[in-house]
Amino acid sequence: MAQTVFAPWTDPAQKPIIEFRNVTKTFGDFTAIHDLSLNIYEREFFALLGPSGCGKTTMMRMLAGFETATSGDIFLSGKDIGHVPPNQRPVNMMFQSYALFPHLSVWDNIAFGLRRESKDKNFIGDRVEEMLRLTRLTKFARRKPHQISGGQRQRVALARSLAKAPKLLLLDEPLGALDRKLREQTQFELMDIQEKTGTTFVIVTHDQEEAMTVASRIAVMDEGNLVQVATPAEIYEAPNSVYVADFIGDVNIIEGRATQPGTKIGIAWAEGQPPILATPAKSVEAGQSLHFAIRPEKVTIDTERPDRPNTFRGKVIDIAYLGNISTYHVELAGGQMIKAQMVNARRLANRHITWEDEVWVGFTDTAGVVLEE
Amino acid sequence: MRRFVLIAIPYVWLLALFLVPFLIVLKISLSDIALARPPYTPQLDFAAGWEGLKSFFSELDFENFTFLTTDDLYWKAYLSSLKIAAISTFLTLLVGYPVAYAMARAPEEWRPTLLMLVILPFWTSFLIRVYSWMGILSNEGVLNQVLLWLGIIDTPLHIMNTTTAVYIGVVYTYLPFMILPIYSALEKLDGSLLEAAEDLGCSRLEAFWLVTWPLSRNGIIAGCFLVFIPTIGEFVIPSLLGGSDTLMIGKVLWEEFFSNRDWPVASAVAVVLLLILIIPIILFQRNEQKQREAEG
Amino acid sequence: MRRFSWFNTVSLTLGFTFLYLPMVLLVFYSFNESRLVTVWAGFSTKWYGELLRDQAFLDAAWVTVKVAVFSSTLATILGTMAAYVLVRAGRFHGRTLFSGMIYAPLVMPEVITGLALLLLFIGINLDRGVFTIVLAHTTFAMCYVSVVVSSRLTTFDRSLEEAALDLGCSPFEAFRLVTLPIIAPAVISGWLLAFTLSLDDLVIASFTTGPSATTLPIKIFSAVRLGVSPQINALSTIMIAIVTIGVITASILTKRAAVAQKRDEQAAIRAE
Repeated sequence: MAQTVFAPWTDPAQKPIIEFRNVTKTFGDFTAIHDLSLNIYEREFFALLGPSGCGKTTMMRMLAGFETATSGDIFLSGKDIGHVPPNQRPVNMMFQSYALFPHLSVWDNIAFGLRRESKDKNFIGDRVEEMLRLTRLTKFARRKPHQISGGQRQRVALARSLAKAPKLLLLDEPLGALDRKLREQTQFELMDIQEKTGTTFVIVTHDQEEAMTVASRIAVMDEGNLVQVATPAEIYEAPNSVYVADFIGDVNIIEGRATQPGTKIGIAWAEGQPPILATPAKSVEAGQSLHFAIRPEKVTIDTERPDRPNTFRGKVIDIAYLGNISTYHVELAGGQMIKAQMVNARRLANRHITWEDEVWVGFTDTAGVVLEE
Repeated sequence: MRRFVLIAIPYVWLLALFLVPFLIVLKISLSDIALARPPYTPQLDFAAGWEGLKSFFSELDFENFTFLTTDDLYWKAYLSSLKIAAISTFLTLLVGYPVAYAMARAPEEWRPTLLMLVILPFWTSFLIRVYSWMGILSNEGVLNQVLLWLGIIDTPLHIMNTTTAVYIGVVYTYLPFMILPIYSALEKLDGSLLEAAEDLGCSRLEAFWLVTWPLSRNGIIAGCFLVFIPTIGEFVIPSLLGGSDTLMIGKVLWEEFFSNRDWPVASAVAVVLLLILIIPIILFQRNEQKQREAEG
Repeated sequence: MRRFSWFNTVSLTLGFTFLYLPMVLLVFYSFNESRLVTVWAGFSTKWYGELLRDQAFLDAAWVTVKVAVFSSTLATILGTMAAYVLVRAGRFHGRTLFSGMIYAPLVMPEVITGLALLLLFIGINLDRGVFTIVLAHTTFAMCYVSVVVSSRLTTFDRSLEEAALDLGCSPFEAFRLVTLPIIAPAVISGWLLAFTLSLDDLVIASFTTGPSATTLPIKIFSAVRLGVSPQINALSTIMIAIVTIGVITASILTKRAAVAQKRDEQAAIRAE
């Protein structure tokens, strides 16, 4: 029997653990969150993604209880938590700065929340040891926060926020302070811990790669609105707007006008050039202005004209060699620039496309996305 | 050569005008009172060579220090100075902490102004600040007039020339010394630590007690020493605001010197006062060092 | 957006009322007609007139200013040297004693410093007067100056001096042309601090002065020992006014300098 895919958001019978209902949050004249509704389900690893100032941190702080919504309601497991103070919510937060108490040892930091519930000593001891094992910190239990490395501090913060076994764990840019190598490694650790503990995670980040790696679903935010909520693959392959397409990964955006309506359409993009053939998600009207978005890795580049539609002549302006791949910047007729990526399967000396070369770029009619705007 | 001159000038100055005077105090404290005026015995006679040196040391004795223990005025004055300093330090902390806390929590654009308002009294004469309380605390003073007018009291309170007035004077003049180090500790406190404490189940009060208070402890300790140490040797406040029953060692020393003209005893009083002060001074230095290490 | 909570508002109001009310009352009663300081008998400036006609006060004020100017200038020179030695001279014999002698006067009770210096002056048969007070004030004020200046020197980027030496300065030129202009604000605050300490000092001046020189604090102290005096209220008001005007002017000037710097920086960015 095939394992069922984890996708509770497709099942109408599932009750969400978190429900934002028409939530608006204003600070003075500034609207941080604008009439926003969102469901998050149990055991999800949910990412709020967007540039700084898009409202993602405000969403998280409302979940933690540090901000109250100006209007609308927030439900946790069906209960309205709008006016529950942060210390009485079954929600814990991992702070961006980690906010480790500098006067307490690693052990005492992790035990801090448990002690507030005045549980018995043995329970606290066992739970702290368990958290130390989970985050591989047993050796550092007696140290103070300033005596350990950045990566270890990050794990202490995680252990401390997980110690109370919250229903929901909030992570505010949890890996922002780590260098790239450590960040990648920690991303997998986070996923591992999330799976082991079965806790619902909500992560706030501005790093799209991080969101793609860890999240089951991503909400892309812009100026207090949700632009798209979907799985990483959907966000990448089927963005619903130029904003999302541009924010996630690298993309070529070509402006044009629909020439023929239907399931396969043509897009006129430059004078005297053949139209781009594309497959829109829904039908469009003739003459409608459109954006055509295509990822560079879906664009092929050849020195001789291949025999298929969607092939355009151009000149290589720039080559960015990144080791595993190379990106070619090709200028098409009318000055339209297009990026094409190729995997460097062969060693450098064997490759043959170089600056100023006349080349042919092309893609299939389902490779790109048609976006109305 | 240049470096030598650079070091030598301030060095010699401090040796001549700081260290040597203390050695003289030490020497006189071990001498006998011959007359009310110098010279005191013994004197160091270099002309007599080794014999002179020997007779100089043989005549030194601890008579003045013994005298300090026989007359209970002195040890009572020492104890009372310590007690007054301790109580007024505690009172200053009680007044200063909330002010420092409120300053650190004030909107950012307000803080430089508030800081300036705390520092401003530093530049005003200490003597005048103490004096300003004389008109407030006296029997016909502003405080009694207001209280009588409000009908809270029927007869004027007797505060002026009591130890209470000394407490008020110390709290008033040394308040900035308490506020500034506590403020700088609280201002550095990362607000997300308090949010983390609340997130982990603390009430506001618990968060204050478990996070804010311990993290401002170094500032509190520094502030307490900055008030405690100078208060022990304080002269102006007890002599203007205190009464005849307010015993403080700074005042005793002054009177021993100017009224009784007993210089050897005055010197002995000074030496003992220094010995008493060494302990809090060393503790204070340690605290500062620890703080620097924690930050550095 | 942060606002004042009620607790913080109450603490600040009470705290600053406590700090400032006594001085406000002092100023208020200096304009009282009555000699009985606590009974208001109408507005009058007569105590100011009396104060200015009192030759003894004027003489004391002159002595005080003389002492303060000389001692603070001397203390600034010696204190800056001492700070430079502490931060830059590296290790030398007796360094511990030296730094001990810098920090000890800061915590020394004034009665002890005063007594010790007096015994020295008597011991070497120095006539006591303005000169001995200047010596005494210089000694304890130079320690404050050196603390202020050395805290600036420790944050000073040493490579600036090295750059000056690299470009051909002698060590003294490097100090005069590079170090001194940069630490100048600290040196000036050191001077102001020394000046204020000298103006303020009662105890050390009382010990080290002779019959020829009476400073203002000594005069004030003997006048108020027995009770409130309206003349002293007037004098206090004048002193408070001078300090307030001085501090406000200084803060306006620093603010203006900061604003001007910001404006210049922005202009420079636009000009690029």
